[in-house]
Amino acid sequence: MDHLKYLACLVVLAINLDLSIGGELTFELPDNERECFFEPIEKGVKCTIEFQVITGGNYDVDMELMAPNGQILYKDVKKQYDSFTWTTDQKGVYQFCFSNEFSTFSHKTVYFDFQVGDEDPILDTENANAHHTAMTMMETSVYHIHEELKKVDDYQTHHRLREAQGRVFAEDVNERVLYWSMGQSIVILVIGIGQVLVLRSFFTDKR
Amino acid sequence: MNLHVAFLTFSVFITASSALYFHIGETEKKCFIEEIPDETMVVGNYKVEVFDRNVNDYVPTVYGLGMHVEIRDPEDKVVLSRVYAAEGRFTFTSHLAGEHIVCLYSNSTAWFSGGQQLRVHLDIQVGEHAVDYQQIQTKEKLTELQLRVRQLLDQVEQITKEQNYQRYREERFRQTSESTNQRVLWWSIAQTVILLITGFWQMKHLKSFFEAKKLV
Repeated sequence: MDHLKYLACLVVLAINLDLSIGGELTFELPDNERECFFEPIEKGVKCTIEFQVITGGNYDVDMELMAPNGQILYKDVKKQYDSFTWTTDQKGVYQFCFSNEFSTFSHKTVYFDFQVGDEDPILDTENANAHHTAMTMMETSVYHIHEELKKVDDYQTHHRLREAQGRVFAEDVNERVLYWSMGQSIVILVIGIGQVLVLRSFFTDKR
Repeated sequence: MNLHVAFLTFSVFITASSALYFHIGETEKKCFIEEIPDETMVVGNYKVEVFDRNVNDYVPTVYGLGMHVEIRDPEDKVVLSRVYAAEGRFTFTSHLAGEHIVCLYSNSTAWFSGGQQLRVHLDIQVGEHAVDYQQIQTKEKLTELQLRVRQLLDQVEQITKEQNYQRYREERFRQTSESTNQRVLWWSIAQTVILLITGFWQMKHLKSFFEAKKLV
């Protein structure tokens, strides 16, 4: 019975620790707005924040990263893409804010990836039978493949974002070509007819 | 025994409070975009806290505040639209490749926008990150090595899906570019024709006008 409780405890712990902290989100930042995100982090943890503007305006956004004591760790204006790594020197809530306040009418889509610490190694009940022995060749290989695949996933994400940027812009251009062409045609017709009417009025006797 | 229960309860709290969070108003809606291939599972964990003025801090909601989760697929059709409790988890599997929009807003019936501030902890995991390997191991009784290989298989499958989706996106991009090219060509021709016709019409009309006025 005790064994079961112990196992249940470990399972719950494993599930809990399996929930990775940090996160990767894509959101829309309306013009003249500021969005902040917060994350409570322990001391001495290596963190990485990476962001990229996907659509909107000049593809730039202001970013500010603040430590719990108010110290500004990173602050930059009108950046399209950046990545910042730091090791936390205090425990507390770290906040990072994206600002589109300099823009009056273009809302931006911003992607950010906030990684806290290493990936959770808990995949199974490693707590129960911790690695007292060294990993076998197979296990080492599997681990390496896993790390490489994570890199592939990362590259794919970046590729997807770059591609989305180009694609959205191309679709925007496509739409704009249509509307502006239609508009121009209407303007030509209106001016053409208007010129004739005005000229006619010059030669018409006004009663 | 009591220690175990206490530890279990405590550990649940540790988990829920360590995710990324942001603030929204009570009537505000916050949306996130997930561009994913088809047949991909997305799991979202969230927790909502309300700002309590007495304590001057965010406390877990006690009354019936729920979160309305709405997910739309690339064709703007609602895939999931449910009200969950103040703390919960939503799952959906995409059937179409593309941009899915996950929206969260509280189901409070406040009329004015100056309602309470809510703190929302959110964690969205996509694809193989959303898989609970612990569960798979206990269900299928795999050894650690088997489980790790299973994870690798899932990762590779996700990469393949993403590559496939990438091919479809590139095709769309190419189609858009070709469409722009066509549009520029045809509209330029059309505008030139309109200009010529307008010019001819103007001259013809004015000629007949002046002839009628006996000025020519």
